[in-house]
Amino acid sequence: MTENNKKKKGFSRRKFLVRTAIGTGVLLGTGYLTRHMWRRTIFTEVDKGESPYLGDASTPGIWFEITKDNEVILYSPKVEMGQGTHTGLAQIAADELEIDIEKIIVKHAESASTNVDPFATGGSTSIMGLFQPLRELSATMREMLKNKAAEKLGVAVTTLAVTNGVISGGGKSMTFGEVVEGVTDWVVPDVPPLKAMKDYKYIGKPVARVDLHDKVIGAPIFGMDASLPGMLYGSVCRSEKIGAKYIGADTTAAENMPGVVKIVKEKDFVGVVAKSYQEAENAKNAIKAEWKVDRNWTSADIEEMIEVGKGKPVVIQKEGNAKSILKEEGIITAEYKSPLGAHAQLELNGALVNVEGDKATVYISTQVVKITQDEVADRLGISSENVNIKPMYLGGGFGRRLHTPNAIQAAVLSKAVGQPVKCFFNRKEEFQNDTFRPPTHHVMKAKLTDDGKIEAIEHNVSSGDVMFGSALIPVDLSGFLGADVGAWRGGMFQYKAIPNHRAVSWRVKLPFATSWWRSLGLLANTFAIESFMDELSIAAKKDPVQFRLDHIQDDLAGNRLKNVIKACAEKAGWKDGVEGNRAMGFAASTDASTPVAQVVEVSVEGNQIKVHKVTCAMDPGIAVNPDQVRAQIEGCIIMGISASMFEKMYVEDGSLEPTIYGPYQMAQMRHAPKEIEVVLLQGVDKPGAVGEPPIGPIGAAIANAVFRITGKRLREMPLELN
Amino acid sequence: MKISFTINGSAQSVEVDENTPLLWVVRDVLDLKGTKFGCGKAACGACTLHVEGEQIRSCSYPIKMVEGKNVTTIEGLSSGDSLHAVQQAWKEEIVPQCGYCQPGFMMATAAMLDKIPNPTDEDIDKNIQNICRCGTYYRMRKAIHRAAAIKSSSE
Ligand code: FES
Ligand code: FES
Repeated sequence: MTENNKKKKGFSRRKFLVRTAIGTGVLLGTGYLTRHMWRRTIFTEVDKGESPYLGDASTPGIWFEITKDNEVILYSPKVEMGQGTHTGLAQIAADELEIDIEKIIVKHAESASTNVDPFATGGSTSIMGLFQPLRELSATMREMLKNKAAEKLGVAVTTLAVTNGVISGGGKSMTFGEVVEGVTDWVVPDVPPLKAMKDYKYIGKPVARVDLHDKVIGAPIFGMDASLPGMLYGSVCRSEKIGAKYIGADTTAAENMPGVVKIVKEKDFVGVVAKSYQEAENAKNAIKAEWKVDRNWTSADIEEMIEVGKGKPVVIQKEGNAKSILKEEGIITAEYKSPLGAHAQLELNGALVNVEGDKATVYISTQVVKITQDEVADRLGISSENVNIKPMYLGGGFGRRLHTPNAIQAAVLSKAVGQPVKCFFNRKEEFQNDTFRPPTHHVMKAKLTDDGKIEAIEHNVSSGDVMFGSALIPVDLSGFLGADVGAWRGGMFQYKAIPNHRAVSWRVKLPFATSWWRSLGLLANTFAIESFMDELSIAAKKDPVQFRLDHIQDDLAGNRLKNVIKACAEKAGWKDGVEGNRAMGFAASTDASTPVAQVVEVSVEGNQIKVHKVTCAMDPGIAVNPDQVRAQIEGCIIMGISASMFEKMYVEDGSLEPTIYGPYQMAQMRHAPKEIEVVLLQGVDKPGAVGEPPIGPIGAAIANAVFRITGKRLREMPLELN
Repeated sequence: MKISFTINGSAQSVEVDENTPLLWVVRDVLDLKGTKFGCGKAACGACTLHVEGEQIRSCSYPIKMVEGKNVTTIEGLSSGDSLHAVQQAWKEEIVPQCGYCQPGFMMATAAMLDKIPNPTDEDIDKNIQNICRCGTYYRMRKAIHRAAAIKSSSE
């Protein structure tokens, strides 16, 4: 579908639903055609990363509620996990509604409101997908209010103007709250023209986060904080062993323990409900569950599986004759590896579920409201409409909350005791039941011309699955697609001026769940490609920044990338050389159409690698909130430093290890760079991906700097000198 | 067992197993949800609060040890409507992302500033050992210095 077609379908066939909310005001919603949703998402959008909002068209959702106090409640189908989406949405709505942002209250839409995103919150798509629809909705809402005000005030609508939620004209005025009072017969006008970008008061400005106050006073906003009268605590037995199947359990020892309300035995799990968290945990630990384990996996087994040449190859990018050229003499080749990585988000996965008769209410931190709803309904044998998901703030998402089995188990336990039950992982369970970032192995090959340009280049990547097997993709596409689009994210070459380039993905199915992890394959693939580009620039005796510029094509994507690279090098005062024990390292990537370049300043003392400063240039298109774009860049840089320098899961005696912070080493305050410089460019006039692209270059940039200082080429993450 | 202590300025008595971690008494018995559960093993700092002004990882601190003592949680850090200097600085620097780790960091920072009113970067590295997955350390460092400045100017 072309860009234009898509727009037409998306926006012109839209229908609004208007109805009166209980006691207060007006609710307005819209929906979009979702046919071929999966195909569109997977094929058209994955590479470009342009994801339209995928809300349902047949059941229009509800967006706004206006209160008597003249506040606007914006019900968001996208969840807030720290990425700042709720703030961006408030800015967009405030600008077109003509009301101060302080008067916009953003709440998560409950699934019962039907304003549900059938896909997920993730993939850096929220603001990008809602920028146009939400501006149109808000503008339409404003016109509806004006029309009604004209009627109530008895003046012509053309004489009316709106300022901060007050409609006035002809010497009279009314607040939004007064306008909506008692109205039931709303007429939805055509979408009015939107304001010009320059006239926006909030869009494009560094507005403070709407959740800032709640988050500094410690308000109970997270899934883990949910509680209900009469709430009990559930805990479910889990095996430490990979691939363990539940057989049965001897629960005698747990039955009479203090606080135990009920032991619940199901065909696929055994759990306990108790009066307190401690009592539930203690009772669980007293249950002797029996498991069937087919194989005692080790790290060596996993490493053996993740190897280019094993499994099924699929060519994901091909231009020219890289394959045949790279069989000739004089080939440069190098191999890289990245480890199994955990999400390690701070808030544990869990849910509070209250089953009452054939209805259930679920309080949860989830990225997949619809999937959680369907799964709970399915397990309880009730219809999805009878399950209301109340999304809470997420204590970190990063792709970890695309699977929500705790909701199912809490639902079963709640039904068994007839009371609300809260059930969540302990930290060990959280680590061992993670849906990990898969380990990877990369083989890079290239041939240089005599004048130091790349004639041909090839990237072979072997990776565990990311998309396949995920609850997000309801059908098995593995046979159809072959290559896992998540695993190869970032694995194609952005240097399209190289006449012969080829990328090949080797798919491996691991014995435990691997899935979405902030930016999917981008961190690992960029580590391999951008480390190798550095190696090639050295072989070609070229400056690494110029070397990259020399291989970028002249088109929109190429020019945006070139601009970002130049801006970054300039801001950082790029110098290719060592001063004392310090050097700079450079790397760049393009993810979901957003190009990012980073220069790091690194020192090495003994075996200690330290990142002092990172300069990052990025072109996300329109930055709806430049401060939150910066925050995402800072967060990506620090999470990327953590993942590429410290983090590593391994398999020992059949178990995934480690199972606690500390042994699972992560970046702390002392590891974070003290200086982070950000340059934002705007190469297109729409918002693009923000929350993941800036994690791409960091690992390679550090390794490239370390090579300059030590002469050692670190080709495996976590980056370690010894 | 009955344990009596002061929390955020008011006297409290709870009837729980004496080995129950303070965290769960605070969260589930007293319903103060600002103190977070992250690991239960004193490894992340999400559960940091103050006992007699010292930063304590409450997930690994048995309730019996607070008998007769003063406990302060994030809810008690501010007085009335006016935020503590640390919270104010956190707001000014727009530190939180997901926010889950933030109460622990703010409590750790407040305790540090009581001892070291003007911390150097090294002091910060040494005293603030919590974990933030969203990677807000860069802004936190700025906020800590800012909080120190706010605090010293108001004293
Ligand atoms: S929950 Fe106490 S240190 Fe992690
Ligand atoms: S703000 Fe999310 S863990 Fe720190």
